[in-house]
Amino acid sequence: MMASAAALRTRDLAVGYRTRRTRRAVLEHVNLAVDSGELVCLLGANGIGKSTLLRTIARMQPPLRGSVELGGADLRAVSHAELARRLGVVLTERVAVDALTVRQIVGLGRYPHSGWFGGLAARDRAAVDWAIEAVGVRHLAARDFSRLSDGERQRVMIARALAQEPVVLVLDEPTAFLDVPSRVELMGLLRQLTRDRPIAVVVSTHDLELALRTADTIWLLMPGGDIVTGAPEDVVLCGAIGQAFEGRQIRFHQEERSFRLLTGKSGVTAVHGAGLRASLAVAVLEREGFEVATAGAARPALAVHALDAGWRLCTDEGECRGTDFASLAACLRRRRTGS
Amino acid sequence: MSRRDATILLGLALLTSVVFLLSLALGSTPLPWRRVAAALLGRTRDGDFASAVVSIIRLPRSMTAMLAGASLGIAGLQMQTLFRNPLADPFALGISSGASLGVALVVLGSGSGPAAAFGTAMGMRGDALITMAAIVGAALVLGLVLIVSSRIANPTTVLILGLMCGYAVSAVVTVLVGASQPERLLQWAQWGFGSFSGVTWQRLRLFGPLTVFGVLIASTTTKQLNALLLGENYARSMGLAVGRARLLTMLGASVLGAVVTAFCGPISFLGIAVPHLCRGLLGTSDHRVLVPAVVLMGSAAALTAQIVSLLPGEAGVLPLNAVTSLMGAPVVVAVLLRGRRGALAG
Repeated sequence: MMASAAALRTRDLAVGYRTRRTRRAVLEHVNLAVDSGELVCLLGANGIGKSTLLRTIARMQPPLRGSVELGGADLRAVSHAELARRLGVVLTERVAVDALTVRQIVGLGRYPHSGWFGGLAARDRAAVDWAIEAVGVRHLAARDFSRLSDGERQRVMIARALAQEPVVLVLDEPTAFLDVPSRVELMGLLRQLTRDRPIAVVVSTHDLELALRTADTIWLLMPGGDIVTGAPEDVVLCGAIGQAFEGRQIRFHQEERSFRLLTGKSGVTAVHGAGLRASLAVAVLEREGFEVATAGAARPALAVHALDAGWRLCTDEGECRGTDFASLAACLRRRRTGS
Repeated sequence: MSRRDATILLGLALLTSVVFLLSLALGSTPLPWRRVAAALLGRTRDGDFASAVVSIIRLPRSMTAMLAGASLGIAGLQMQTLFRNPLADPFALGISSGASLGVALVVLGSGSGPAAAFGTAMGMRGDALITMAAIVGAALVLGLVLIVSSRIANPTTVLILGLMCGYAVSAVVTVLVGASQPERLLQWAQWGFGSFSGVTWQRLRLFGPLTVFGVLIASTTTKQLNALLLGENYARSMGLAVGRARLLTMLGASVLGAVVTAFCGPISFLGIAVPHLCRGLLGTSDHRVLVPAVVLMGSAAALTAQIVSLLPGEAGVLPLNAVTSLMGAPVVVAVLLRGRRGALAG
């Protein structure tokens, strides 16, 4: 892709906070670009500067140095209304507004397009209808916004941003307050938006596993200020995710693309069997702090057999069996405290 | 605007007209409708008592009430939306206290104080001097608050700043009251009651254009106010120059509050109550509907308060401030309890 095609680009950007005397840079030398139709997930540990970066990109705070370009134009040279026509924003904050319908809220997105009193022309109403349709809330259009669930509200806020008809959509942790299905749906919605039309989406999230499954590109903020960018799989492969998030208690598992809790070393076990029951038995063992031996290793002292109707645990001292995983966990715990 | 909203606005307009006519007919001496109508249409004989009462006393008084009610209502609506606080009113930035200080300096220290001396030198006496003092006092406090608040990002901090400023200025007024002579205190208390009767035709020539202009300016902020419903961050992201909008809205609302206070005294309740009544009535936060509703409702409420304050007839006049609050508080409570719809969230 040619450099000029980027919907959004930062050049040697430094973001942070400036008070009367001090200047605290959170991130420096940031050179990033997003193309139309690209979904970017911004990842990083708490407090590392995700929001600061997004706020600077959306011109909600000034850069310390460098520039942000929107379709090739420097953000500093763009008027408030012009910026709003090109860039839409969705924030974490819960919007507390009573007695406005969904359609009215989405209509507010026409702010940078509409006239002095905010009256909507036919073209504005068409854009509102399109935005409501695009996020799949048409059945809620006449409802009072304050009576919606958190997930529905965020969809409406996205529709409102889409009604601005932006080329770039920036979302700062839009899934923070949502339950798991709503999170998955919301990320799916963002992905669909980039597929259907030439819009660039940048979304920050804590939901790493979901981001790795959904994004076209990952921007990973590393401790120390580096930014690793690339396709999710490339970022997984280079091991940067582990460096960014791993602590004493957790490890990133590259094959599963998820984190695991380290619970100590209680021993090594072998697992026999196949299918869902076997993998769930592994999950129980890992939670209880047992390492699962790979096939072909030296015969460990413990062996768990996943059966059609339960499990069997074989040890040096004998054997016990049960039907549910709670009893397997209890049995393992007894063994660990006993030894 | 939906058909339902239009119907409600039409109803409010009718209500305001009816109350306006009632306010001309009722008073310390009730007049028959025929005489009122004759006076209004200019078909009067010379020396007719009824037409003199209507055209010289009641008409300017009722018009003042309408203008004051509309001004306070719209200014209150602006402040409540701007600060996202259901308790905000036109005086949230301490301008009422500022006006009180100006008036206190003139009334309580008249004859000796430098403010009074200045006023006398300017050739002003009585009501004109009090109005001038109130405007100067309000402007000083407002200027101070606006200058400081332009450096503050958080609207709640601005609101607290205004409240604190108001407290400090009120304390100075209290000191002045404590040190003044009893006969001066009576005049001071009179001002504090609030009244629409002090505005004559001559003074209405200034009060009328000021308030009409202020209300018109405020009506043009509907779009900004709607954007601010989502909070300042979202408003900014949708293209609103938040800093400038906030400053202009505070300035406009405060000037409206200050003008009304200067001419009619500190009328406390309407600015808070009228926006709540309109939200409850219309069930919406859309300012394109709320602004005209608040103008009509504010006029009707002020006229009603004016009528009630004259109910004792020969026995005298009830303090306007007491009437607005006594009448309005139960109504607002009822509206809020009836359902959360329409109340400002938060």
